[in-house]
Amino acid sequence: MRGAKSAKWVAIAAVVALGATACGGGGGDKGSDSKAAVDPAGKFSVEVGEPQNPLQPANTMESNGSIVIKSLFSQLVSYDDKGNIVYVNAQSVDTKDNKTFTVKLKSGWKFHDGTPVTATSYVKAWNWAAAPANKQTNSFWFSDIAGYDDVAPAKGKPKATTMSGLKVVDDSTFTITLTKAIPYYVYKLGYEVFSPLPESFYKDPKAAGEHPIGNGPYKFVSWAHKKQIEVAKFDGYQGPDKAKNGGVLFKNYTNLETAYEDLKSGNVDVLRQIAPKDLPVYKSDLGSRAVDKAYSAIQTIAPAFYTKQWKNIDPKVLQGLSMAIDRATITKTVLQGTREPATGWVAKGVLGYEPNAGGDVFTYNPTKAKQLIKDGGGVPGNAITIQYNADGGHKEWVEAVCNSITNATGVKCAGDSKADFQADLNARDAQQVKSMYRSGWVLDFPMNANFIRDLYGSKSDGNQSGFSNKKIDADIAAADTASSLADSEKKYQDIEKELVNYMPSIPLWYYKVNAGYSDKVTGVAYAQDGDPILTGVQVKK
Amino acid sequence: MGRYVARRLLQMIPVFIGTTLLIFLMVYALPGDPVRGLFGDKGGSPAVIASLRHQYGLDQPILVQYYHYMKDMILHFDFGTQIASGRPVTDVLGEAFPVTLRLGGLAFAIELVLGMALGIWAGLRAGRFADNAILLVSLLLISVPVFVLGFILKVVFAFQLNWLPPNVNDSTNFNELLMPAFVLATASLAYVTRLTRTSVAENLRADYIRTAVAKGLPRRRVVGVHLMRNSLIPVITYLGTDIGALMGGAVVTEGLFNIQGIGGTIYQSIVRREGTTLVGLVTILVLVYLLASLLVDLLYAVLDPRIRYA
Repeated sequence: MRGAKSAKWVAIAAVVALGATACGGGGGDKGSDSKAAVDPAGKFSVEVGEPQNPLQPANTMESNGSIVIKSLFSQLVSYDDKGNIVYVNAQSVDTKDNKTFTVKLKSGWKFHDGTPVTATSYVKAWNWAAAPANKQTNSFWFSDIAGYDDVAPAKGKPKATTMSGLKVVDDSTFTITLTKAIPYYVYKLGYEVFSPLPESFYKDPKAAGEHPIGNGPYKFVSWAHKKQIEVAKFDGYQGPDKAKNGGVLFKNYTNLETAYEDLKSGNVDVLRQIAPKDLPVYKSDLGSRAVDKAYSAIQTIAPAFYTKQWKNIDPKVLQGLSMAIDRATITKTVLQGTREPATGWVAKGVLGYEPNAGGDVFTYNPTKAKQLIKDGGGVPGNAITIQYNADGGHKEWVEAVCNSITNATGVKCAGDSKADFQADLNARDAQQVKSMYRSGWVLDFPMNANFIRDLYGSKSDGNQSGFSNKKIDADIAAADTASSLADSEKKYQDIEKELVNYMPSIPLWYYKVNAGYSDKVTGVAYAQDGDPILTGVQVKK
Repeated sequence: MGRYVARRLLQMIPVFIGTTLLIFLMVYALPGDPVRGLFGDKGGSPAVIASLRHQYGLDQPILVQYYHYMKDMILHFDFGTQIASGRPVTDVLGEAFPVTLRLGGLAFAIELVLGMALGIWAGLRAGRFADNAILLVSLLLISVPVFVLGFILKVVFAFQLNWLPPNVNDSTNFNELLMPAFVLATASLAYVTRLTRTSVAENLRADYIRTAVAKGLPRRRVVGVHLMRNSLIPVITYLGTDIGALMGGAVVTEGLFNIQGIGGTIYQSIVRREGTTLVGLVTILVLVYLLASLLVDLLYAVLDPRIRYA
């Protein structure tokens, strides 16, 4: 399986906007290869929206562009569905101190234009993407590498154009030096941002964004804006995930309802998500072609710790609020079984996930909830609000959560709706959230560190609640300097158990993929980031 | 006549400046920053955000931004750059407008031909069964919301009869556009029918019709020339404003049938706070409205020679 999703937020916005509901039950969707004859040159179509950005690997943050980029570019590594590393373009990534990594590339790899993939293709591409002048939206992904601050200082002019932490040793070897040790750094290398670029890219990056040339399993054919993007199988592909089909048409849909209609009438083959309206019927419509599978994303509500209300709150109050939420009933009724009640801060399907990490704080228990809130000194003002964006389909569950809290504890609760995601973000950035806000996270890389370090460290990118705890920061630092990946994973598991005592947020539920495919294709499976795995799809004759 | 047209064209200038400025200010007043919006939950490198904001001039005062925007638009026909995709707005418009023009054009043709035909038929048989039947149908079309009608048509024609594709994948395919165009046309079609019917029924009793009949003119000529010319003035007025409405008001229909035209582009531009794209779109819509109403006013004189322009 291929892993890391780009697009934390867009994916979340979309997922939440779109996937709002459906039938329960787990069940695999491994898309068993049927006996039907398969056409290896057959093309199939996938529902997407118009990519927001030009198709440059470090510039596609949202899910519509990243699914296309993933088909065109291969990275050094990828992951299997248990979160283990699989080498793709890299022969090996070795390190002794978790700080300097030596990357050896597999030989014989070529870009779609025939030029070889070398160590320089990587180093040059990363330096280019990190430079602020090139305005790549995902440039901060390179910030772990030594010398990033000289290339992209927060203030003032850049002092260098290349990062000192990247060195080409020979054509197939390069080294990465980080500013500090990160045991799981190799996971990050699977993200599309770390793609190599061919020499032709730099002549006209803008044109390359319209006509990308990659090293992945598919080569670019055409992009008819707002209509479709076509990619074809790249015959010279050397990676383990060779395409089992002739190519993919990324068909443009503006909403999921029409995509579902087209699936039923045979105009599109693979969907990424079913519209809320069709969730009650899609399983009976599609039968075994209906997909219902967990993927690695989580929904939480977070207190804004910078407000008067939560500034010096006793975590017991938040534990009480958490226990006042009847997750089982809400996911089953309001969300129609499209979510699974959370039992910890780390989503399913990533390395280090532990079932029931949070203990009984996640079980519905009104009596205990009331007691805990009382013990903690009560909710200041005895009223809370939950901020959400009205364009994302959150209203229903926010109301349900509020009702649950009020019924169980008597704490007044109301939704605080912002018109759209932009306005919601604005309030969060400006630290104007009145009480609590809804938050979500889709994995960047399949390891528990991604769900803990990136959200609850005092200075983490994803920490917008103002949560700050010296003990947690120290534990995170310790986990990051662990001697091995396994050790780091273990330390992060301990931190997750520790979080119960601080309650940086109240996790609600994990996401599921509710999707489907047509009877023209087989072998359709979905990765941990919720996207279909394109290379594995087979087209029937 | 020439002077009248020139005066009307000159009047467009303040309207044009006023509308674009209003849109610019309105987008500016909304909370949320288009550049920051590109980065989402996680935030981005401050250096990249700053350099993007600078590139699009978002770090300047709003009136300066407006001045630069209008200068580029008028002098170089440059509508600016879409912030998310980095593509020129003219490209984005160039993709969206032909789609909506085809859809709107087809809808306009349907409403013109079908609406007037039904209206004339009902008007000539005022008070009789056909008139009442058409009244009923047109009231139904006016009162049923667009998405309900779209849904019913899809179920019947696409899923049960399999005559038409349910959605539009290729907007140059008129077979695919037929159903959405009909849905888009329905409400206006019913208004055109009502207007034509009333106007025809009223003019049938006018003196000049009696004279024409008394002269022994064939019925075809009485209805086709004498009656129609006078009855069409209110209908033309309505049709004129409707051209603009068809261009801009197709948000629901476009969403319903997966058509990537102006409606959806306007919606997205608002959501993403893309002031420049929005102003570009609206500017063209304003021009469509202004030209359509000028055309209507000029048509009056053709229909009724008593109306003169100086």
